[in-house]
Amino acid sequence: MKLNEKYLKYFLTAFASFIPFLLALYFIAIGKDSLLAFQKFGISFFLGSTWNPPREIFQVFPEIMGTLVSSAIALLISLPVSIGLAIFLSEFCPRRFSDFLGSIVELLAAVPSVVYGFWGLAVFVPYFLYPVENFLKENLSFIPLLSSNDGITGYNMLSSGVVLAIMIMPIMSSVCRESFLYVPSSLREAAYALGATKSEVIRKAVIGYAKQGIAASVFLGFGRALGETMAVTMIIGNALQFSYSLLMPSQTLASLIANQYAEAIGEIAISSVIAAGFTLLVISFIINFAARIILRRMRLRGSELI
Amino acid sequence: MIKRKIYDKLFLFFSVAAFLVAVVPLFSIIAYVVSNGLSVINLSFLTEDPSATGVGGGIANSIVGSFVTVAIASLVGIPIGIAAGAYISEFRSERYSRVVRFVSDVLLGVPSIVTGILVYSLVVLSLHTFSALAGGIALGLIMVPIVTITTAESMAFVPNSIREAAYALGIRRIRVVAIVISNAKGGILSGILLALARASGETAPLLMTALGSQLPFSGLLKPVNTLTLFIFNSATSGNPPLVSQAWGASLVLLLIVLGISLGVRFIAKGRYRYL
Amino acid sequence: MMLVKEEQDKKKGELSYLNGEIIRVEGLNAWYGKNHVLKDINISINSNCVTAIIGPSGCGKSTFIRCLNRLHELVPDARVEGKVLLDGVNIYDEGIDPTEIRRRIGMVFQKPNPFPNMSVKDNVLAGLKFSGMKDRKKLDEVLRSCLEKAFLWDEVKDKLDLSGASLSGGQQQRLCIARALAVEPEVLLMDEPCSALDPTATAKIEELIISLKREYTVVVVTHNMQQASRVADYTAFMYLGKIIEYDKTTKLFENPREELTERYITGKFG
Repeated sequence: MKLNEKYLKYFLTAFASFIPFLLALYFIAIGKDSLLAFQKFGISFFLGSTWNPPREIFQVFPEIMGTLVSSAIALLISLPVSIGLAIFLSEFCPRRFSDFLGSIVELLAAVPSVVYGFWGLAVFVPYFLYPVENFLKENLSFIPLLSSNDGITGYNMLSSGVVLAIMIMPIMSSVCRESFLYVPSSLREAAYALGATKSEVIRKAVIGYAKQGIAASVFLGFGRALGETMAVTMIIGNALQFSYSLLMPSQTLASLIANQYAEAIGEIAISSVIAAGFTLLVISFIINFAARIILRRMRLRGSELI
Repeated sequence: MIKRKIYDKLFLFFSVAAFLVAVVPLFSIIAYVVSNGLSVINLSFLTEDPSATGVGGGIANSIVGSFVTVAIASLVGIPIGIAAGAYISEFRSERYSRVVRFVSDVLLGVPSIVTGILVYSLVVLSLHTFSALAGGIALGLIMVPIVTITTAESMAFVPNSIREAAYALGIRRIRVVAIVISNAKGGILSGILLALARASGETAPLLMTALGSQLPFSGLLKPVNTLTLFIFNSATSGNPPLVSQAWGASLVLLLIVLGISLGVRFIAKGRYRYL
Repeated sequence: MMLVKEEQDKKKGELSYLNGEIIRVEGLNAWYGKNHVLKDINISINSNCVTAIIGPSGCGKSTFIRCLNRLHELVPDARVEGKVLLDGVNIYDEGIDPTEIRRRIGMVFQKPNPFPNMSVKDNVLAGLKFSGMKDRKKLDEVLRSCLEKAFLWDEVKDKLDLSGASLSGGQQQRLCIARALAVEPEVLLMDEPCSALDPTATAKIEELIISLKREYTVVVVTHNMQQASRVADYTAFMYLGKIIEYDKTTKLFENPREELTERYITGKFG
């Protein structure tokens, strides 16, 4: 009878409760195992630059910077391309054609990150990025960001930023494209009726209206780039020291974890690797939380899943 | 006026250029993986385990390992995801349902390597061993929010008239939910496939859970190799024969993952365009 | 505007005397959130006849019949007060199983809503199968007899395994009627069953409604007054959540007691 109804609800609620439980578990379990490192190094865990297993000093400032900088490079490259692509698909391409081309771009999102990394490692960096970066170094080395004392290999911060840009472009462009589709046609028509040209309509009416969607795509892309591990690990050069130059090998929190977990022997080393994970969790949680708040307000459906 | 027209053309040029910039990497990746991988793939590559010397032999253990870890992941991710998604959709008037939905969205953004760390600290440290089981659980946790959200979305898509028709026949709620699920099965299946594609392509959470291994699969509580781990380790080994095997494994992986993704599009027939 | 209480009681007495009352509604109120949509409804519905509920849209007629099989309460924030007595037992009593009530009081909806992923056959038998009936012979009998009662057997006997959604709109609606009949209800509620159909399909459904009253009690909501006068023995006119007038159909249409009713049926508003 009525009992039956209640059991169904309890049953489904119990399963659904796994989801908030899982989120709590991330913070509690990872936080608990990080405690040792946080206690030992205090604030210097985040602000110090030494990662030295033999001396048991573990600090992640260069990795936090590496995470933020590589993701920022990725965004700088990916945002204009994503917007341009979304404009192409939603404004210039006939609808049927655009769905097909949109699907092809979204297929990029399905390529596993280890394959991106491998392609970057074996093809994209040596044959494309390295010559470009070498040119930059030869001609623009007076800029501190592009300086280098000795030869460069191509496996560095800039290269991993570029590969990250390629990886986050599908999600960013599909969120942008979906938010462009939500722009009411009356708005476009009104702009045309005022004698605006196509480019003016796109800039003022479409992009203006879809600002929130573009903002959401930035947060989502940033969140994705922050946590990306494999491709970065294979391309960034994995240097444990901090460098101002984008052409020098570097490290992110994710690549640090991927590189160091195997060598972590002893409580404090293990705790420090886990604490690096906790740091990454907190950073990505903040970014994703912001993205979700914006997306919820926009009530977009689905595109963020790819 | 001429200036404005030139501006229009520039805009078109810019957006076409953006499109090309976006698709060139896709074709480049596919071209390299196919051309380098095809020459490596043959029957013995797919059916033999790695040779003891580390060179030659095949990737059978990795294929088996991928299959086993993804199967464990499915056991974890699919039931939880479907039940949680059903809860979100069928009790959507409740506040808690909106909380669960929001948290699922947030979980979607947790970096997969962090999931690896979670399972490392919960499972690996307490079992004192890296294992296929731990790897499968990590992939399962990654599948949970994907299956949850796609299930909730596709069940919410089922018109209310179906629910009313069922209730009006005196069908109990548990069966009504079953009817709604069966009406949403295309979307739910797409979501499951999407999650499977994601799980099959993951590497980072397996590093500190499944670890990788040169040996044939020998049990759930032993370290295991997967296609993705094989690709990572071989690609970064600097050993040319291994690197070329990595291309072969990449082709196998890409066929599986893109095959599943195309399957999703086929099943969804454009309705769940973004899934 | 309301019937004087004793007059109403007298009316009720008369009607039950004629045919035997099956449903009696006492002091029924319903809300959507804060929106009070049914206000103190009192009515007695007689068995084996067709009762029509008419009124302008938004008057609460759909909500009213959805209260009769406890469907209203499934809408979030919806609330019901008052009594609905089915054979003398209040269906809103503590301990009454709503699913049991919904089997005794079936419903057909405005838009045909066959289960799209089920065959014609499975649609008809859905109510039985989902409550655990497994007897194949019995199921086959029910399938045929319900489709015959719904005037659909001849048209679909060769298409039993096709999807329910492949039928025409009128056929889908009759399929929904067959589906409702399969659980052997005593009362059949119909919420504007013809509003999504063309005139030919409508005529067929109307003919069907009249034939159903031999075995069932039918309550049909309609905004089409001609339809009410064609099919119904009794008609209730609702306005702004209240029953304004309830009488034999001929009486209500030819000689309404209330001015409001007269204005409505002569097309002055609504």
